[in-house]
Amino acid sequence: MASKDKSRQGESIKEYRDRLDCALNNKFLRKAMDNFAVAYRASRENAFTGLDTDALIQTVADAKAEAVIRNEELLAAFTKKAKENGIHVHLAQTAEDANRIIADIAKQTKSRRIVKSKSMTAEEIHLNKWLETDGLEVTETDLGEWIVQLRKEGPSHMVMPAIHLSRYQVADLFSTVTGAEQDAEIQRLVKVARKELREKFVQADMGITGANYVIAETGTIGIATNEGNARLVSTLPRVHVALAGIDKLLPTIKEALAINKVLPKNATGQAITSYVTWITGPSECKTTESGKREMHIVFLDNGRSKIAKDPVFAQILQCVRCGACANVCPVYRMVGGHQLGHIYIGAIGLITTYFFHGREHARNLVQNCTNCGACKAICAGGIDLPSLIKDVHAKIQDEEGHPLQSILLGKVLKNRKLFHTLLRTAKLAQGPMTQKEKGASYLRHLPMIFSQDHNFRRLPAIAETPFRDRFDRLNHTVENPKFKIALFSGCVQDFVYPEQLEAAMKGFKEADVQVSFPMGQSCCGLPAVSMGEKPAARDVALQNIDAFADEDVDYIVTLCASCASHLKHGAPKLVKNYSPKKAAAFADKVISYSQFMANVTGIEPKAGQGKKVAFHSPCHLCRGLGEKESPKTVIDRSGNSYVPTAEEETCCGFGGSFSANFPGVSNEILTQKLDDVETSGADLLVTECPGCVMQLRGGALKQGRDIDVAHLAELLYPQ
Amino acid sequence: MSKGSLIQTFTDKASLVSAHVYPMNTLNSAFEKAVEICRDKAPLDSQMQSDTPIDPDTRIVAAPNLDDDGFNLLAEKCSQGKGIKLIREGLRNYPGGIDVGVTLMDYGIAETGTLVLDSKSEETRLSSMLSEIHVAILFTSQVRETAFDMTEELNGLVSDTGSYTAFITGASRTADIERVLALGVHGPLELHIMLVEE
Repeated sequence: MASKDKSRQGESIKEYRDRLDCALNNKFLRKAMDNFAVAYRASRENAFTGLDTDALIQTVADAKAEAVIRNEELLAAFTKKAKENGIHVHLAQTAEDANRIIADIAKQTKSRRIVKSKSMTAEEIHLNKWLETDGLEVTETDLGEWIVQLRKEGPSHMVMPAIHLSRYQVADLFSTVTGAEQDAEIQRLVKVARKELREKFVQADMGITGANYVIAETGTIGIATNEGNARLVSTLPRVHVALAGIDKLLPTIKEALAINKVLPKNATGQAITSYVTWITGPSECKTTESGKREMHIVFLDNGRSKIAKDPVFAQILQCVRCGACANVCPVYRMVGGHQLGHIYIGAIGLITTYFFHGREHARNLVQNCTNCGACKAICAGGIDLPSLIKDVHAKIQDEEGHPLQSILLGKVLKNRKLFHTLLRTAKLAQGPMTQKEKGASYLRHLPMIFSQDHNFRRLPAIAETPFRDRFDRLNHTVENPKFKIALFSGCVQDFVYPEQLEAAMKGFKEADVQVSFPMGQSCCGLPAVSMGEKPAARDVALQNIDAFADEDVDYIVTLCASCASHLKHGAPKLVKNYSPKKAAAFADKVISYSQFMANVTGIEPKAGQGKKVAFHSPCHLCRGLGEKESPKTVIDRSGNSYVPTAEEETCCGFGGSFSANFPGVSNEILTQKLDDVETSGADLLVTECPGCVMQLRGGALKQGRDIDVAHLAELLYPQ
Repeated sequence: MSKGSLIQTFTDKASLVSAHVYPMNTLNSAFEKAVEICRDKAPLDSQMQSDTPIDPDTRIVAAPNLDDDGFNLLAEKCSQGKGIKLIREGLRNYPGGIDVGVTLMDYGIAETGTLVLDSKSEETRLSSMLSEIHVAILFTSQVRETAFDMTEELNGLVSDTGSYTAFITGASRTADIERVLALGVHGPLELHIMLVEE
């Protein structure tokens, strides 16, 4: 797949989907990814035990953010110091420049054989290919990198490049390489690599390493490895070239120590890597006349200095390349790194691909995100990855033209009356095509615009009467209300699941809460963001802020976690140049249903049905709002008992337009979720987001599983 | 942290990453133990296909960074064992491997069970890379709680032009095939730490 780069250029979304389906059917890959996803979480938690994880990560994020701002100054300081120390410093503006500089060094030093330790930056610029074309022999010495090099593949993970391969594949490969039959026994396969590569180390003229960071004050490069290969690469050959993005610069060793502490824990759950090597200037090399190794450092810009000045995207340079964003990504888990990245893998890869490798490689990738926020929650560099993925998506659409369906969605959402009229018309049109099952209405057939792939879950019918038409009937004036709230319904509950809001209304009455429902409210705008329609999302945000501006209320309550998180955090960002104060006042009042019930009104314990209840924690609740406990309080007060589920906080695979774009992946994430719920032994599955209800209930029905799904409000106030 | 708990933490953390830690009262007993380890180890598995085989009964011990007194003491211990050849330099001549590298460490970091080694000298570096068994000598007085507690010392090490500072935690390892841990990839197969009290 050395030609991967070219063959995938201009890959259509259909071709990309086929590639995803192929990965979904790869049993070994699926099992490897599953085991890793589960084991990683446990080992990371273990590695951070007794430490203030958030504070540590904040230290790294702050240090990196500061270093990005001071990048030019740090580069100048490092260059001065390094030159004093006798290091040759090069600055490459482009990937091609970097390749040429390194090839020239090889030529000038009469180097023929090169050994390399792992460097994502070298992968970024396709260095090996360039050097090999120049007639040089390049050998990767990190075991995983060597394996993928021999297979003519790229790495499928930034830290574990060969995680997609089985021991049997490696044994076959090593049998071919050594010309001797090799058993599929891992300890022995590792020893094969040890022996095969030692000769390469000894014969090499030049060693190429990356750098995990570069320290300006002392002119030092830092490399973290487990295998010890980078030590041999930088010790045995007579020339050492270190390749580093300019984003790897740090002011002092203090920041380097902070990264040492966080990076390995976040990457693999190791307290520290076996080796951390700090090299200041050319070190002793007894085979040269001078007794010193010739040392070069090649700094790669490749668009980084421009990114550093971008107010939105500068934060991507805070990445420390730990790979954790892939480790926790539900999509990565299903399809592996070759399908969820171009060169850089995982959430950060979806973003940097656009900048480093161009939009033709990024346009399909950026859509393959459920927006679950798991990456943001774990990022060692504190990067708001999901939001940047959406920004890249919007940027690509702005450059290439928006697809028709996306434009239409934007136009419709911007015009609330048109939007609601369309929904009402759709309700009339669907009439004969609906079917009652388990007390709920579903579409009998999918409309023609959907392909058969979308049939992995039953889709609900639009309700007979939307909530907005029921509100007056349900609303009661409360004498001396304890709290005054305005209800934000969101489209799905308003038009598909009004019964969830109806249930909640019972509780509001019981708790002496005065409810208003501003009729000018529209979609929260998240679907527009997710389709890359930023201006439409901004317009809707402004409409909603206006609709609620005159309400004299204590809280704006919503039963949809996605709406809550978007209204609280997303909308203010969208309108920051228009009405920041009004937006802040609005956002301050937004609260989720469980938060309001558990922490504001309080709930009298109910008799309930004594069921065992599993909870699916919506991404936008547990990570978007940071709310993990209130729903459990609600469950306990409902007269039922909460039972824990494995991976309760993992995405259900809905992700709005994601599930329509990538039904195959969405279905697999959903299936995993339903398996976990069945294993928990719960009688009922409850969640706090109508989107999740749609996915889980429709999926359970389609898969013929005996799992009932309800919203928290329906659990607390059954019909 | 009291010295006792500092040493205990260091020992626990180093053991967690498969390092063997031995409390030793004197350098003398540490060297005796090193020789014993050398005697008991399996014969060298040379990594160089083209290497001329060394006498299979001879074990190579390298100790490039000991001072003269230390080196002489170790030499005395080695001479008591049969067939041990002790070298101080020229480690590049043994690319296929060295049986045991005995290296004096500069610092220990309790929090992670890490050893800090000033490896400016190529010989010192190679002794911690090419040896099958790496025996690290660490004086208990040199153990610090965290790396942050020794930024001054570290700054001193890295500020030196041509310096090569190694943080070593456990033996070399990989999990690149099916995420199964394997010790001994391109570095030592085993790490033994002698925690010397004197």
